[in-house]
Amino acid sequence: MKIQLKIWRQENARAQGRMVDYELTDINPEMSFLEMLDVLNEQLIQKGDMPVEFDHDCREGICGQCGLFINGRAHGPQEATTTCQLHMRHFKDGDTIYVEPFRSRAFPVIKDLRIDRSAFDRIIQAGGYISTRTGDAPEANAIPIGHDVAEAAFDAAACIGCGACVATCKNASAALFTGAKVSHLAMLPQGQPEAAERARKMVAQMEAEGFGHCTNTGACEVECPQEISIRHIARMNFEYNRAGALKK
Amino acid sequence: MFRKLSLPNSLTRKNLMALTGLFLCFFLVIHLAGNLQLLLPAERAQLQYNHYSELLSHNILIKIVSYVLYASIIAHTIYALVLTLRSRAAVGSQGYAYDRRGAVSPWYSRNMGILGTLIFFFLVVHMANFWYPYKFGEVPMDMAGRKDLYRVVVIAYREWWYVALYVVSMLVLGFHLLHGFYSAFQSLGLYHTKYGRWMNWAGRAYTLVITAGFILIPIWVFFTKPTPLP
Ligand code: HEM
Ligand code: SF4
Ligand code: FES
Repeated sequence: MKIQLKIWRQENARAQGRMVDYELTDINPEMSFLEMLDVLNEQLIQKGDMPVEFDHDCREGICGQCGLFINGRAHGPQEATTTCQLHMRHFKDGDTIYVEPFRSRAFPVIKDLRIDRSAFDRIIQAGGYISTRTGDAPEANAIPIGHDVAEAAFDAAACIGCGACVATCKNASAALFTGAKVSHLAMLPQGQPEAAERARKMVAQMEAEGFGHCTNTGACEVECPQEISIRHIARMNFEYNRAGALKK
Repeated sequence: MFRKLSLPNSLTRKNLMALTGLFLCFFLVIHLAGNLQLLLPAERAQLQYNHYSELLSHNILIKIVSYVLYASIIAHTIYALVLTLRSRAAVGSQGYAYDRRGAVSPWYSRNMGILGTLIFFFLVVHMANFWYPYKFGEVPMDMAGRKDLYRVVVIAYREWWYVALYVVSMLVLGFHLLHGFYSAFQSLGLYHTKYGRWMNWAGRAYTLVITAGFILIPIWVFFTKPTPLP
């Protein structure tokens, strides 16, 4: 199939970027979106041009590295799909496809389609963990956890940190990402001892990174490749308020 | 001083918006219930409505509630502005060349600020026409010797354009509530998975009753055109 591409090109973090047109003529509809970009890059390299830089790692929808804004939507037109799991068969022959980086003040562009998502890392570092003595792995059944609770916590734990929630949010809010992490650990017994502190610290870090507030539009849960529910945002708010109310 | 007064983060600011918003929602119920008296037969409506208005304006409890109400509107509006400005900064100056994000959320949920601003202008008009004259202006007396607010209301609703302004404003309010009611519970963290669906329906039912009620009153008065008694 034949496609027209309009891709955001930007030399470096400080440079002014712009949309650049490319044309590809021999695209196999069974290719993934990233493979299509690989083909483009091969051609650019052969011509002696700079290839388009984009983030990716696993290419199987689990690492959260690939995140592109495709035709006006985070991770493209398919719901609950990462960019690497999007295939060219979802486009038509002759389509024009816009490819842009995820945008927000907290995710500065490094080059072309690559963005710096270290703000997410710092939110996790602020409290997205449990403190425990390391050593031998503990006996798996030492702490009984009901099946429903385990499943619910796992739904939240499934977040891959891709940043689509921020990219699609009209306020560039990181509430779904942070909410998923706060909620995941708050539901499990291992997370209980630090629940209050975690909620406080992660919310404070989210604020410090310059993300916007959540207005509950629900756009994030539609675009999230892991289908994380915005109920986890409510649970984060609950945990945060409870931490404030019970503060010693 | 300003630093101390300002809330530490967006989450606490949203809590404040939710609490003030829900207080306004609560007020709307009382306000609507009182105003439904306007639908009574003209003679009774006049006496009863004026009596009710006088009762409210002399009750110390209502006075306190009204001050909380003014404060809520002001705080709700100020924090709407503070949060909106912060959100602008968070989004950054570089927008998307092709933006279809609108496809994944309802339009009214994305335009709460615009809807709110329209409500704010409506409130100014509304208070200038009824609240200000009643408190500070000249209002004729009814047969029982009470300020005839009923007459003021009925005369205002005789103009078709005034009725139209009200109907449109109430639709704006309706969309603000359709998102706001549910959003407030979500912001406060009271939106439990188990009761979520129930809350959705409660929000829709609330919005329908309030919006339909406030739309019905001016239309009813316009079409029945009760002549106020001398
Ligand atoms: C009778 C009048 C009003 C009622 C009953 C009302 C109610 C509400 C409620 C319940 C919320 C949800 C709060 C939350 O999401 O946590 C809300 C949000 C909002 N209101 Fe109002 N409101 C009123 C007037 C106004 C006015 C006058 C403005 C602005 C000039 C305004 C601007 C906003 C904005 C921008 C939001 C969204 C806040 C956000 O999601 O971050 N509202 N309102
Ligand atoms: S919540 Fe969903 S959209 Fe947001 S970072 Fe996690 S996986 Fe990506
Ligand atoms: S490259 Fe790992 S999720 Fe897409």
